[in-house]
Amino acid sequence: MIERGHHDMGGLPAGKVRRTEHAYDDWELRVDAMMMLLIGVVGDSKRMTVDELRKNVEALAPADYDKMGYYDRWVISLTQTMIQRGVITSDDLARKLAQVQRRGLSPISRRQRTKGR
Amino acid sequence: MRKETGSYQPYSYFQLMEISLRELLVEKGVVTEDAIAGAMAAMRERGPERGAAMVARAWLDPAYKARMLADGSRAAEELGFEVPGLRLIVVENTSDTHNVIVCTLCSCYPRMLLGLPPEWYKSRPYRSRVVREPRKVLAEFGTKIPPKVQIRVHDSNADMRYMVLPLRPAGTERWSEERLAGLVTRDCLIGVALPQIPKKPKSRKS
Repeated sequence: MIERGHHDMGGLPAGKVRRTEHAYDDWELRVDAMMMLLIGVVGDSKRMTVDELRKNVEALAPADYDKMGYYDRWVISLTQTMIQRGVITSDDLARKLAQVQRRGLSPISRRQRTKGR
Repeated sequence: MRKETGSYQPYSYFQLMEISLRELLVEKGVVTEDAIAGAMAAMRERGPERGAAMVARAWLDPAYKARMLADGSRAAEELGFEVPGLRLIVVENTSDTHNVIVCTLCSCYPRMLLGLPPEWYKSRPYRSRVVREPRKVLAEFGTKIPPKVQIRVHDSNADMRYMVLPLRPAGTERWSEERLAGLVTRDCLIGVALPQIPKKPKSRKS
């Protein structure tokens, strides 16, 4: 029998649907925008397919998958795909991460959660 | 740097990753900040009004409805809504079938017509349960489907998206297209709600 992936949850028991809505933060919309550009739905910067995004989301460890927010998973998957595609290297990423971190703290808006309509 | 009221928090790991990835892609000439801003603005503009406009048109124009059920993507384009690279399938509610959409594997959603999906659509409980006990899940949304009406659940995927064409409510016979569109909420287009005529309609002056 094929074991199902962690993301493959159709039909499994689960709790009540919590009808949460989520006002997306700017950074989340930027991840979304990068994705749309990189899969070539808009513009001419196509560097990957949507299946690669999904593959790399599905490759996350189950515990991480559950803990991470939706765009948390996406940004990790996008970054991973860009490394796999050779668009960026892991050295580039390490250097850039350190650089960004050195710039220090900055305000971020808290996620707003409101009750569903 | 942007100033905001409220407490200052460090970036999360994932935000650091977003900034780093974006700056690298810009430095390497893959994307530009302008293109990202443009895609964000376009996404913010998309909302369920688009799907609602298609539904209202279908309710009033049987020929459009037939075209919409035959080819959802083209019917969307007819009203000026682009659905690039995707096959849109519109599923029609009837007196004996109710439709509801989900993406059990991830979060596929007719985002070009409805905007970004609500958080619950992407949640484990919805994705897991709506395929097994749709009637119960719909009841949790306050939507009671009579037992004689069968429920069909459509599982979306990366290349194929569904949208529900709800039943036009009785008592809307002389309504304008615009007024009809006003009844069609995002949740009606997902299939977890039914169009509701407001209990106390405002007196309309014409």
